[in-house]
Amino acid sequence: MKKRYQSRIELLQGTLDLLILQSLIWGPQHGYAISRNIRSQSGQILHVDTGSLYPALHRLEKQKWIASDWKISENNQRAKYYRLTSAGRKQLATERSRWDQICAAVAGVLAASKRRTAS
Amino acid sequence: MNLRFWRNRDRGSDLEEEISSHLQLAAHDRIERGEPASEAASNSRREFGNIGLIRELTREMWGWASLERIAQDVRFGARMLAKSPGFAVVAILTLALGIGANTALFSLVNGVLLNPLPYPQPDRLVTLHESKPNFESGSISFPNFLDWQRENHSFQQMAISRPNGFTLTGQGESEQINAEFISADCFSVLGVQPTLGRMFLPGEDRIGAAPIVLISAGLWKRKFASAPDVLGKSIALNGKSFTIVGVVPANFNLSIMNFSATELYAPIGQWENPFLSSRFAGLGFHGLARLKPGVTLEQARADMATVTQALAETYPDADKGIGATIIPMRQLMVGSTQLILLVLFGAVGCVLLIACVNVANLLTARSTGRAREFAIRTALGAGRARLLRQYVTESLLLALTGGALGLLLAYWGTNAALTAMPSALPRANEVGVDAHVLLFTLAISVGAGILFGLAPALKMSKPNLQKTLNEGGRAVTASRQRAHAIFVVVEVALALVLLVSAGLATRTLAALWRVDPGFRSSNILTFGLNLSPSMSLSQPDQIRATLRELDATLASVPGVQSTTLSWGAFPMSGDDEILFWREGDPQPANKNDMNWALKYIVEPQYLDVMKIPLKRGRFFTNADDEHSAPVAVIDQEFARRYFGAGNPVGKRLYFDRGIGNAPNTAEIIGVVGHVKQWDLINDSTQLHDQIYLPFMQMPDDQIAQVPSGTSVAVRYEGASAPVFDAIRNAMRQMNSEQVVYQAQTMDEILAISLASQRFSMFLLAGFAALALLLAALGIYGVVSYLVAQRTNEIGIRMALGAQRSHVLKMVISQGAQMALVGVALGLAAALGLTRLMSKMLFGVKPSDPLTFLAVAALLIAVALLACYIPARRATRVDPVVALRYQ
Repeated sequence: MKKRYQSRIELLQGTLDLLILQSLIWGPQHGYAISRNIRSQSGQILHVDTGSLYPALHRLEKQKWIASDWKISENNQRAKYYRLTSAGRKQLATERSRWDQICAAVAGVLAASKRRTAS
Repeated sequence: MNLRFWRNRDRGSDLEEEISSHLQLAAHDRIERGEPASEAASNSRREFGNIGLIRELTREMWGWASLERIAQDVRFGARMLAKSPGFAVVAILTLALGIGANTALFSLVNGVLLNPLPYPQPDRLVTLHESKPNFESGSISFPNFLDWQRENHSFQQMAISRPNGFTLTGQGESEQINAEFISADCFSVLGVQPTLGRMFLPGEDRIGAAPIVLISAGLWKRKFASAPDVLGKSIALNGKSFTIVGVVPANFNLSIMNFSATELYAPIGQWENPFLSSRFAGLGFHGLARLKPGVTLEQARADMATVTQALAETYPDADKGIGATIIPMRQLMVGSTQLILLVLFGAVGCVLLIACVNVANLLTARSTGRAREFAIRTALGAGRARLLRQYVTESLLLALTGGALGLLLAYWGTNAALTAMPSALPRANEVGVDAHVLLFTLAISVGAGILFGLAPALKMSKPNLQKTLNEGGRAVTASRQRAHAIFVVVEVALALVLLVSAGLATRTLAALWRVDPGFRSSNILTFGLNLSPSMSLSQPDQIRATLRELDATLASVPGVQSTTLSWGAFPMSGDDEILFWREGDPQPANKNDMNWALKYIVEPQYLDVMKIPLKRGRFFTNADDEHSAPVAVIDQEFARRYFGAGNPVGKRLYFDRGIGNAPNTAEIIGVVGHVKQWDLINDSTQLHDQIYLPFMQMPDDQIAQVPSGTSVAVRYEGASAPVFDAIRNAMRQMNSEQVVYQAQTMDEILAISLASQRFSMFLLAGFAALALLLAALGIYGVVSYLVAQRTNEIGIRMALGAQRSHVLKMVISQGAQMALVGVALGLAAALGLTRLMSKMLFGVKPSDPLTFLAVAALLIAVALLACYIPARRATRVDPVVALRYQ
């Protein structure tokens, strides 16, 4: 129990947007599915709090990166589905490249310090 | 707007649906994973978290226009307050009292001090007086006034006036009408236009001009049903016919010096007083004038100095040493009130501060309960600014509600206070709630809201998240304890300052009541009496006969013990002076070399009515009449000043009768005790040598004035009202045209002379009581709160064997420490601040040790009591319950 708790990672500011946009790339999803997908695809490590998820969804919608419609879900329930807009796709591309840059940069720093410790 | 509102509501229900759909989807998932249906729903709800909070956080993302965000905050704030109605009611009431007291006092300050006088260019209005050797602000003689008016270069207009009573006959039952004799320019000085007809024209105030009058809108309505054809009609005043030429507007309500807006205005020249044309006689005239544009007060003073100097050279007998005193109208009206109002304003400011501290204290205690909520919201990403805004919105909501309630309280309170004590303040009739007052209330409400809301909010918005969440919002951090201790200290200190000033004001009033006025004020009734108008034309002997009949009638009225007519000065009501010299002194060349004394013209029973002690010789008897040798009685001050240790009885005085008249003379037959003529405080700084003369020995030309109005004083037993009714009936039976009016007991007159002291004492005492109550509640609140926070600790101590008495001592000493620090700070502050009110004090020093000690003791006692109740509750803590509760 304790171990699992520790292995949970708090999301970096801004990463939630990226994850939400990314999880909509295969088609419209409702809020619950988005949070479930993020959790399962991260191997149970990333838990998106509903208190962060819904504000984020509504914020992204306001920024016109995603749009929403009410649809009937696979198990016959009404649910609000979010889908990427074209602006959202562009935004996703931007955020992705930024994320890649950050990762590369962080990796670079780590690798450098590793080398120094090694030498 | 409508559309957007609708959209927002739509979005709201949309969000609700989205959340419930999330819950259903989650529950469905759980059931598929094999959870029992009964648990699935509640588990998914638990997993979801705080629905309300998430809803709020999400709504926040909609980014409403700021007005709508405020509306949202207000709605949320109102909901939060509604959840704890007890807290909300206490906080709002506390603020209502604090803001209400401030609003009430501001409406006084606004009406009396800040608002300009309701006349055009009010800063150019001044009052005029004759300065004489004895008086800085003496009355102006009519001939001097006419010369001033003609010779000056500084004033646009200049006018004088004096009050007078008329008996109105021929319009229903005959009645006494209050009137003013005014010079022609009186209303044009003020810039007041008539409602109907015209004001007086230049020259219409001269002696011998046609008899005309102006009537008030009130009299117009009462006697003529506001008929427009009233102009040109005649009314009979003191038996003489006057033509109505104009109606004075209903809103004219000036009251200054001896002038007060009244029912009727007659030109001065209509006064049938032989002394009117005498340059020697002031006759109670005071002046109003309007400076020419651009003329300064200094220039006007210099100008009038030239004018009066020239008059003194032309008429050395009358005008040597006579100057002109010019005082701005506003200064004369409100001068002495300024200090009182500012001190009171300071006092209510303290009350409001205490109220704010109390509410801040409540909010802080409450915020502890909400620490978890705020911590969660912060953890979920709510910004610090967002939380602060929400917090301040809640505070403002409290403050504005309190302010609105306070405005109502202020409105009622001010009306009640001014009705109860109408003579306490000048310009009281101009006090009301206007735009300035509303703005002030709004400003202090917002100010208070931010003040008490921000302190806990700042603390709140940077919580140590982990700590708060771990502690479950229960523990008291040291810094929070310190905050509460500061609240208590501030409250106690402020309350102490207020209590000290109230104590000093109370002691002042007590000292004033103890001052011996020189007479016994209880059971004296005074009233005005006009004989039938036809008496004015009677012979002096006939008038005296009527007055004797009147005395006998009055004496036979049930309840009347003794009675006297009174002319000239009367204690605390009106003054009249006489110029004299002693036998043996050379006759002075002009009146400025003569001595002045207060002149009381009375009947033999005067000493019985007033209970003034006879010190030497005898007082008047009925035998001292118009046929016997003239006699006079003097008071002790007179005797000491003019006769030193010698015996004045048997000595002779000469009285000035104006130029060309032989002086009167009288023999001193007795000495009586000194009476305070002016008021209880300033008697010794003003003219206070006193001469009594017998009524029946008044010269014939003076006794002819008596039918148009004299004063009567009676000593009565029982209640004053039935006695006065009986007197009124007896007078009417004696002659149906005889009028009595303006009944006042001497106690009332004394109370009015102390009106401003009573006003400031009652208000200060009221504010201090409020402050004490609020401070006691504050201490009680803080200590209860601290005890509640320490329940666990106290439980452990008791489980470990601490005695109840030990716990009691521990809690009380914690409270007492805070109170003592507050008392010490308050004493220091009070020592500095009470000096500001030293001019309001009488018979007590601003640093009066008794007051300071008593107040400190009272405050400590109240503080201990306020600690004792929660302390006792602490001793009842059951260790088992306390520990399990945690």
